[in-house]
Amino acid sequence: MDLFEYQARDLFAKHGVPVLSAKIADTPEEAEAVAAELGGKVVVKAQVKTGGRGKAGGVKLAEDPADARAKAEGILGLDIKGHVVRRLMLAQTADIETEYYVSFLLDRSNRTFLAMASVEGGMEIEEIAVTKPEALAKVPVDATVGVTPEKAAEIVAAANFPADVADQVADVLVKLWQVFVQEDALLVEVNPLVKTPAGDILALDGKVSLDENAAFRQAGHAELEDKAAANPLEAAAKEKHLNYVKLDGEVGIIGNGAGLVMSTLDVVAYAGENHGGVKPANFLDIGGGASAEVMANGLEIILGDTDVKSVFVNVFGGITACDAVANGIVQAFALLESRGEAVTKPLVVRLDGNNAELGRKILTEAALPRLEQVDTMDGAAARAAELAAK
Amino acid sequence: MAIFLNEDSKIIVQGMTGSEGMKHTKRMLASGSKIVGGVNPRKAGEKVEIDGASIPVFGTVADAIAETGANVSVIFVPPAFAKSAVIEAIDAEIPLAVVITEGIPVHDSTVFWAHAQGKKTRIVGPNCPGLISPGKSNAGIIPADITKPGKIGLVSKSGTLTYQMMYELRDLGFSSAVGIGGDPVIGTTHIDALQAFQDDPETAAIVMIGEIGGDAEERAAAYIKEHITKPVVGYVAGFTAPEGKTMGHAGAIVSGSSGTAQAKKEALEAVGVKVGKTPSETAKLMREIVEAL
Repeated sequence: MDLFEYQARDLFAKHGVPVLSAKIADTPEEAEAVAAELGGKVVVKAQVKTGGRGKAGGVKLAEDPADARAKAEGILGLDIKGHVVRRLMLAQTADIETEYYVSFLLDRSNRTFLAMASVEGGMEIEEIAVTKPEALAKVPVDATVGVTPEKAAEIVAAANFPADVADQVADVLVKLWQVFVQEDALLVEVNPLVKTPAGDILALDGKVSLDENAAFRQAGHAELEDKAAANPLEAAAKEKHLNYVKLDGEVGIIGNGAGLVMSTLDVVAYAGENHGGVKPANFLDIGGGASAEVMANGLEIILGDTDVKSVFVNVFGGITACDAVANGIVQAFALLESRGEAVTKPLVVRLDGNNAELGRKILTEAALPRLEQVDTMDGAAARAAELAAK
Repeated sequence: MAIFLNEDSKIIVQGMTGSEGMKHTKRMLASGSKIVGGVNPRKAGEKVEIDGASIPVFGTVADAIAETGANVSVIFVPPAFAKSAVIEAIDAEIPLAVVITEGIPVHDSTVFWAHAQGKKTRIVGPNCPGLISPGKSNAGIIPADITKPGKIGLVSKSGTLTYQMMYELRDLGFSSAVGIGGDPVIGTTHIDALQAFQDDPETAAIVMIGEIGGDAEERAAAYIKEHITKPVVGYVAGFTAPEGKTMGHAGAIVSGSSGTAQAKKEALEAVGVKVGKTPSETAKLMREIVEAL
């Protein structure tokens, strides 16, 4: 889960990383009031989860509260790379002498944590990595040891921070590591980390991405979720603990196992090339168990998607045999009926694997409305695409 | 032979007395695996009766190894306790730890992976179905009755695609199938399994299943070019996955231009690996290779 800048700032502050005073505002009126609280002169920053805000006109300096109100009016509602600005962060201003860059992240390839630091801050880090790779220090961090003051000094030295800021930057790194570990982050980035003319070090902007697998021990993280931006179908699916991602096609997909469902999306997209370019409407993994209730919940979400023209249920009977899955589908239809929802869209079911024949027989005998069976994944995908194209 | 797991493997189950642990211990026993014990500090000294077998419960992995000579641990403990369970297994020097648990925070898996460096334990997983050497042993949750012993080796990030591929090639059979898991940080990689299959005289050809996210498939491709002489057929899932969305597996996410299925397919094809467009086509490619042997 990627956080907004103001949420990252709050986490930085919580762990002692030096930041400027800042507050959020959702309306020009709030912006004016907040600017007054912060002392008048502020930076007004669009809160969107994408880069390039400055170039898009999403970051403006305001001289006083009235100006902050005017600037807020201009920024709220702005569309920045498809992200509409609904919230602003107003922060005190700082004079900047030098800009740096620091981050901690998961290095998947090497299965370790990595510190990155550069004295060439302010640019997008991807740009630094390409244009001046020698200016970006990369230092692996042993996950069992973490960032001690010694490790922080090593990172500072590797990036050639000037001697007058070395200790302060090292101290920031130790605190930033606390954010990384204690908040179960996958990424913490400060860009820019600045030195003021007075010699202070401040985190002016930051990115944090949190590990959703850690939700069980990070009680506060649930409220950081941007519920307003979530697709309503995704939000409804999440409430039912379904692993669902909305996509932009017409064929609803239900399958068991993340890999098989990803594969199903691909096979449907290929099949769609022969049927007017129809594409998968969603990713939905109902897991190995595939119980009737989960199947019913999944069907409910997918049938509630007005983009969906046909549904493809692709189940490989592994741990749960196909007869159990077939019974699950039959019960799911009954459950939906009891909830007052009829299955109004054509359904193509492919059951294969453990007890496939028995499972198919159960579905055949149940003679469910608008449900047809195709024995192979490729064939079923083609049929579902054909039905969606009609 | 097979890889990592054979008829002599003695398996203990950490988390055996939980519902998932119990269900799958029963299944592993039914498929002929030698399950020699369970581990649960609160139930040490008890015995669990499963289908006529009486399985002792030990307080620690070390005790279980000392008493039974176990050399494999299958771990079903919930995410909150998984890190300490894996570290316990590593410290007890179990040769193979198979971590089935899904949803382990990446800070925990990165720590236990770092802890395992320079130690004696091979980790498979986490968030994986485990591995099976058909007819010999089964450590994890892969259904044992899909296929029989044979010459094909299989390594996969995905559980259900593993089952699917085993099923499509069930008449040919497998030496071993290894589900390495879909998390961002995993123990055994495609490369580790590829090397083991290369060294395994019972394996004649290898199917490798990947999915979006990370660069494991690209690295495997480079490895295949240098070190693998047996024929390899590949499949990659997730061509239609949008950027920035996690597709079920925590590790399955395309970020920017990195981790795309297309890049992985191209990397594999560049080193002579035939890559199927669908699981069925991949199975067909492997069938042609095995039948020509």
